Amino acid sequence: MRLSIHGLAARHPSAPASGAGSSPALKPLSLAIESGEQVAVVGPSGAGKTTLLHALACALKPVEGGFELDGVDPWSLPVAQLQKLRGRLFLAPQAPPLPPRQRVITAVLAARLPQQSLAASLRSLFYPTHIAQAEAALARFDLAGKLWERVDRLSGGERQRVGLARALVSAAGLWLVDEPLSSLDPSRAALAIETLTSAARERGVTLVASLHQVEVATRFARVLGMRDGVLQFDLPGAEVGRERLAALYAQHEHELLEPAPGLADSHAEGPRPAAMHCR
Amino acid sequence: MFWALAALVLIAPALVATEFKPWTLFEPDALKSTRRFIADFFPPKIEGEFLLLVLRECWRTVAIATAGMALALLIAIPLTLLSTSVLSVSALTGRMHALPFVFRQGVRGLLILLRSVPELVWALVFVRVVGLGPTAGVLAIALTYGGMLGKVYGEILESDDPNATHALLRNGAGRLQAFFYALLPQSAAELTSYTVYRWECAIRSSAVLGFVGAGGLGQQMDNSMKMFQGAEVATMLIVFMLLVGLADYASAWLRKVLA
Repeated sequence: MRLSIHGLAARHPSAPASGAGSSPALKPLSLAIESGEQVAVVGPSGAGKTTLLHALACALKPVEGGFELDGVDPWSLPVAQLQKLRGRLFLAPQAPPLPPRQRVITAVLAARLPQQSLAASLRSLFYPTHIAQAEAALARFDLAGKLWERVDRLSGGERQRVGLARALVSAAGLWLVDEPLSSLDPSRAALAIETLTSAARERGVTLVASLHQVEVATRFARVLGMRDGVLQFDLPGAEVGRERLAALYAQHEHELLEPAPGLADSHAEGPRPAAMHCR
Repeated sequence: MFWALAALVLIAPALVATEFKPWTLFEPDALKSTRRFIADFFPPKIEGEFLLLVLRECWRTVAIATAGMALALLIAIPLTLLSTSVLSVSALTGRMHALPFVFRQGVRGLLILLRSVPELVWALVFVRVVGLGPTAGVLAIALTYGGMLGKVYGEILESDDPNATHALLRNGAGRLQAFFYALLPQSAAELTSYTVYRWECAIRSSAVLGFVGAGGLGQQMDNSMKMFQGAEVATMLIVFMLLVGLADYASAWLRKVLA
């Protein structure tokens, strides 16, 4: 999928919808991404990486400017058409959004919902269809044995990889992956990013990934450096260099040196007691 | 000390308004009639044919509650799906659009209307419409409990973590698909637990509905009371207590299994 962005500005996903006073997390940005291109986005916390990905996934309405996906402005489409277009985009949020009491197979196959009728997806809930496809996707992330496991029995890193395996099952033409490696150890992280990039290349999918690990990001053919919602550089990974990264992360040096904060405890809270009001 | 005084000041007008005079209980006249009524209770009537009748009415009470709950679910589930804001596609990107917002508020208003009329009042209405008997009880429970379940289901769905549901909607899934693949597995345990608890409440309430002629154990109890058959009333009270205890036990067990 080809992207052309014109002066796109957006607020952070968790900012209040009517927060007119605050300045948007993503300042007006213009650039083009060709179909099948792989782009890494780096920058310190608060740089607007998450906001950019959410805006491109049509999960956020731009506050100004806009963008085109294969020449179509999504926000000019009627609601039903927009929802259909969203089926061709895949956004993997940083915290893997999986219901805790679901089986891994169901969680992975959920990515196929946009291509399925309601009846087919209900049938798949009881007798999963496309088991082989889900298993192949999991195997590429070294999770082949976890197909029938329940999501809440997985570790934080395994859950994150299940969230990424969804991308391989979906029929999307644009993958927007937010911090895919935040709770993975270095060897798993290498496998995960290798799987994502090679799978994207095989399918001709456009990949935009925000990354905290700059040494991983600089292996991408194209790297966007962002800070305070503004694009600082747009270069091939090999040309980025230490000085530029040091300038990008000035006053945030600890993020450059340390691994990103993990999300291991994001699902730690147990089930809450049921509401028992009588009336 | 201050709080005791404050409570007294607050409660005193309520006591006056309700004409709360506990000492009338112990006046000689009242004591005599109480003694007569209670004396009638012993021994409870234990007679094959009568026990069989009580058991049959008991079963009918459970049946009214269960049928009422089934109908209530038919009302509550679609209305919950229509009214819950987690499944709103337009709310994904900021504020919900005006039309869906008004529609959801309308459905919510309907649920509030249904549950704000007590089942006893519905039963009185339906006894006029469909005549004496269990049908009135079933309909009364269906309407009130439909409203109640619909409202609380909506609250349960909205109190849960919406991330999984929103992720599916954002990736292009339909509302019902997102419901079955994310929202339902997330809160299924809480929903079933609440449903079982309400079923237990429905059994107790269907016995009370009998007093206005909606069939079941309550109706028999009312008849026996009007005939001053204390022994029969005593038997039925004991059976009713056993029934409530059993329903309590069954619902606790079911909830433990489902959790």
